[in-house]
Amino acid sequence: MDEEYDIIIVGGGPAGTLTAKMCAAKGLKVLVLEKKPEIGAPKRCAEGIGHLDLLRAGYTGKERFIAQTIDGAIVYVPNGAPIELPKQPGGGYILERKVFDKFLAYDAAKAGAKIYTKAEVFDLLWSGGKIAGAKVLYNGEQKDIYSKIIIAADGVESKIPRIAGLPSRNTPRTIESGYQYEMANIDIKDPHKIHTYLGNEIAPRGYIWIFPKGSHIANVGIGINGSDGKTAKYYLDKWISSKPGIKKGSIIEENSGGIPIGGFLESMTTDNFLTIGDAAHQVNPIHGGGLAETSFSAEIAAKVIIDAIKLKDTSNKTLDRYNKLWWEKRGNNLKKTEKILHVLEKVKDSDINLAQSSFHGQDILDLTGGKTHKLIKILINNPKLATLIKYLK
Amino acid sequence: MVLKVDKNKCLSCAGCVSICPNDALTLRNMIIEVDENKCSECAICIHFCPVGALRLTTNL
Ligand SMILES: Cc1cc2nc3c(=O)[nH]c(=O)nc-3n(C[C@H](O)[C@H](O)[C@H](O)COP(=O)(O)OP(=O)(O)OC[C@H]3O[C@@H](n4cnc5c(N)ncnc54)[C@H](O)[C@@H]3O)c2cc1C
Repeated sequence: MDEEYDIIIVGGGPAGTLTAKMCAAKGLKVLVLEKKPEIGAPKRCAEGIGHLDLLRAGYTGKERFIAQTIDGAIVYVPNGAPIELPKQPGGGYILERKVFDKFLAYDAAKAGAKIYTKAEVFDLLWSGGKIAGAKVLYNGEQKDIYSKIIIAADGVESKIPRIAGLPSRNTPRTIESGYQYEMANIDIKDPHKIHTYLGNEIAPRGYIWIFPKGSHIANVGIGINGSDGKTAKYYLDKWISSKPGIKKGSIIEENSGGIPIGGFLESMTTDNFLTIGDAAHQVNPIHGGGLAETSFSAEIAAKVIIDAIKLKDTSNKTLDRYNKLWWEKRGNNLKKTEKILHVLEKVKDSDINLAQSSFHGQDILDLTGGKTHKLIKILINNPKLATLIKYLK
Repeated sequence: MVLKVDKNKCLSCAGCVSICPNDALTLRNMIIEVDENKCSECAICIHFCPVGALRLTTNL
């Protein structure tokens, strides 16, 4: 580890390594610090990504981190009725995240970034009241490392943005409790589709998913919000025990994790500092997908950082362009998606069943995409739901 | 009362770290460490933990 870099990135997840790759490719001196002994493991993910999002991250869909190609999605309402979503351009994939994260790290390193594992950033360095570097615990030894910009890509367990003074803290409303099994030898109706199951009974204020990784292998998981004293694991186990075709399978991996579902930051920057990925809550609040968001925000962040280093001005005034571009391109819609989620959470299972025949797959895509006018249309057309419009304010 | 992590149940996902209002929890070397000086015993993490690995117990 040298004593000085253009950029220090805290966290070797997708947000960190993708930003590292893009900045190093333009000749910046980049350091990535990952506290775990291995990048990519343990996984905390159902591993789904869209084709276009993968392209944006610089891949083709032919790499060996692809476990399964996906050509569609089915959402099941509480009474079991399926709603098929329209096919997305190029479809999507279920990844092998452990391999995918490694590829991102290989490519960041190939572009010239330096990566260290077992390197935890435990505090920031300051100079003249401004952030100037990171305090690192590397294999148990303490080191001070300086840089022009620090990027906090420290994921869902993020603390570094708060040390920098940003109000990034989660509350029970902004994060879901997730639990998942990777299961083998299960029956999957259509293993090239992702299957999601709605209902407050089975997954309070969340959903259950089956993301196939092969014809008889899948990530079977759940995300729930709020607590009635029962855990995500309790709800998932209960649901699986009611599905003989899944119950008969074997569990080959257990995962859990927090999934950000809102609480977006007005500003994700300060002098010489910015935050990205789960640390900045950049996740779709309805479906919980973070990889697509990272593919957008890494591109935006890299562009702003490269310009700032070139200009020799890494002040908040320059980095603020990252906020502006992100809010324009992603934030404004994600904020609307968060509002839509808060309305949908109030819909009873019986009312979803009743309304189901009157909405289509495209409507579900529109809701996850933050199209509030579509929600208003659905609510108005279903007398039992019309009163919920007030929650959209 | 002190917050205890049941290592037999914990999957080291750091979900509890993400929700702690006091930054009292840290995932270090795949183990959840509790800073008792910061923990306010609010139990938010206990309700959040996907596998029920956390509990408040008397310090005996
Ligand atoms: C159960 C579950 C299912 C999900 N399913 C999907 C899905 O199907 N599709 C999808 O797109 N998204 C999904 N997500 C979300 C997705 O996994 C995240 O959005 C994504 O991993 C975020 O990437 P990141 O780089 O921001 O954070 P992470 O991948 O969490 O990486 C952050 C890294 O920073 C490291 N770190 C933290 N603090 C420090 C420190 N102080 N010093 C050094 N290193 C540090 C951590 O060890 C970690 O490796 C899911 C999440 C969960 C929990």
